[in-house]
Amino acid sequence: MTAQSKPISKRGGHWFDGLTAGMVTQQAAVPSLRIADGEVAGHACRVLLVQPDPDSHFPRASRGEVGLLEGYGLAAAIDDAIKTDADNPQKRALIAIVDVPSQAYGRREEALGLHQALAAAVSAYARARLAGHPVISLLVGKAMSGAFLAHGYQANRIFALADSGVQVHAMGKAAAARVTLRTEEELDKLAADIPPMAYDLESYASLGLLEPLVEVESAESPSTNDLGKVRSVLVDALNDIQPGDTGLERRLNGVNRGASRLVREQLRTQWEA
Amino acid sequence: MTELTNTALNRTEQLGFIDLSARKRIESLLDSGSMRELLTPFDRLTSPWLEKQGIVPQFDDGVVIARGKLDDKPVVAAAIEGGFQGGSLGEVGGAKIAGILELAIEENRKGNPTAAVLMLETGGVRLQEANLGLAAIAEIQSAIVELRQYQPVIAVVTGPVGCFGGMSITAGLCSYLIITREGRLGLNGPQVIEQEAGVEEYDSRDRGLIWGLTGGIQRFATGLVDAFVDDDVSALATSVRDCLAAGVPTLHRSDDIASPLKRLQQFDTREQIDAQRARFTLTQGKTA
Repeated sequence: MTAQSKPISKRGGHWFDGLTAGMVTQQAAVPSLRIADGEVAGHACRVLLVQPDPDSHFPRASRGEVGLLEGYGLAAAIDDAIKTDADNPQKRALIAIVDVPSQAYGRREEALGLHQALAAAVSAYARARLAGHPVISLLVGKAMSGAFLAHGYQANRIFALADSGVQVHAMGKAAAARVTLRTEEELDKLAADIPPMAYDLESYASLGLLEPLVEVESAESPSTNDLGKVRSVLVDALNDIQPGDTGLERRLNGVNRGASRLVREQLRTQWEA
Repeated sequence: MTELTNTALNRTEQLGFIDLSARKRIESLLDSGSMRELLTPFDRLTSPWLEKQGIVPQFDDGVVIARGKLDDKPVVAAAIEGGFQGGSLGEVGGAKIAGILELAIEENRKGNPTAAVLMLETGGVRLQEANLGLAAIAEIQSAIVELRQYQPVIAVVTGPVGCFGGMSITAGLCSYLIITREGRLGLNGPQVIEQEAGVEEYDSRDRGLIWGLTGGIQRFATGLVDAFVDDDVSALATSVRDCLAAGVPTLHRSDDIASPLKRLQQFDTREQIDAQRARFTLTQGKTA
């Protein structure tokens, strides 16, 4: 199956609609971006979504991919929040709703520096977190590779719906098979023993990068109960994130991240020696 | 070209950087005698994931990290060994880079200015450790954004691998980016683009197309890097010191948002792009 024949995901849009009901829609720089400002239980927040734009003039970025416009568009929306709140001790939270199938794969994208567009988004999210904006990601669909780095991976907390349609990975399975000279079946077999290679969410959770999975009735199109549940998860997280909590250290606690911890421990010992 | 046997100060003739190992690259750029490698191969911190897949691990996991000095100023340095697993980043190698950047941040907080130099020869995430490579890259990126508030983070891309995948985004976060003619920089590797988008979009065997769009000359001409330097140890050592002396930029390239966004919104995509149009699009209206 080619990328073009895969259905366009509507999940992100549904969750954005539900979670931002009653919030104020902000003018986004590009049509593939949706932004809303509002409050979650008294916490000011800005909700951000990258969505498909079938009319995008960049043909390789019309199906929800994070491309040139999306990278800089996200950066502009986040940078705006940082500047607006610069003198405000209460920094609004940034909530990234993540449903991104991939970065954009195309000639125009490479030629015009897609890596730099995505760096703009990564930088904006990281600067926001360092400035004291609580940053939370909610994975409702795919969170793939460079697209996830640019939209979601710099968060203080990463939440995911407990659903098989939610996937985190460095590369789609077909391409990964080709690059590593294996079949997709072989990849699946390996993944059973090697959690970082797996495509399922439980394996990903064992890496320590996620908060507890959120069980919902419908990941595709949230029910009222689902929205209530996710809102309460967001509120708990916002109450939990302390002003000085600006780093990513808590990700190192996973069962399957022993080597990441060992490297840092030994490095510190040698550094101080 | 044989490997560098003496220090970089012994510069009587042009000495290629591209053929040097990661370790020698760091040694050749730092002040003579100042390099102190941390987590050396003797520490045997190997990938916990490769052996399970029948791949022989390497005792440094393909990443060399060190403390040292540049013009007598403290720096940390990291170099990825392009020859091991395509310069791919796994859990251990990624943690080494993130870890040393995190320690450099702590030094700066304590009032000890410490900059960073990164030699990026990498295809990005090591697919055999997929999600842990990706996670490590996110952590490296976070550390760079924090460290560069204090001191410059300088990236060097000289080939032969080039800098791709998530690590090209990392390069885009650095304060300064130095490239050579043999260096390449781009998000997606040619094979993956061809696989995803088709051969008409991107022919991975068309070397002229690929180098024309992503090679060092083009990246410098489009303003996506700061310095274009010969593949020569002495020239690179000077360029790195110039970047360090320039200090933290007023505006990092990654935080220049409005003007590239406007250019891309106005860009006419009806025709396929070539190197000339990319140069025009990315530099129009800029003062030299």
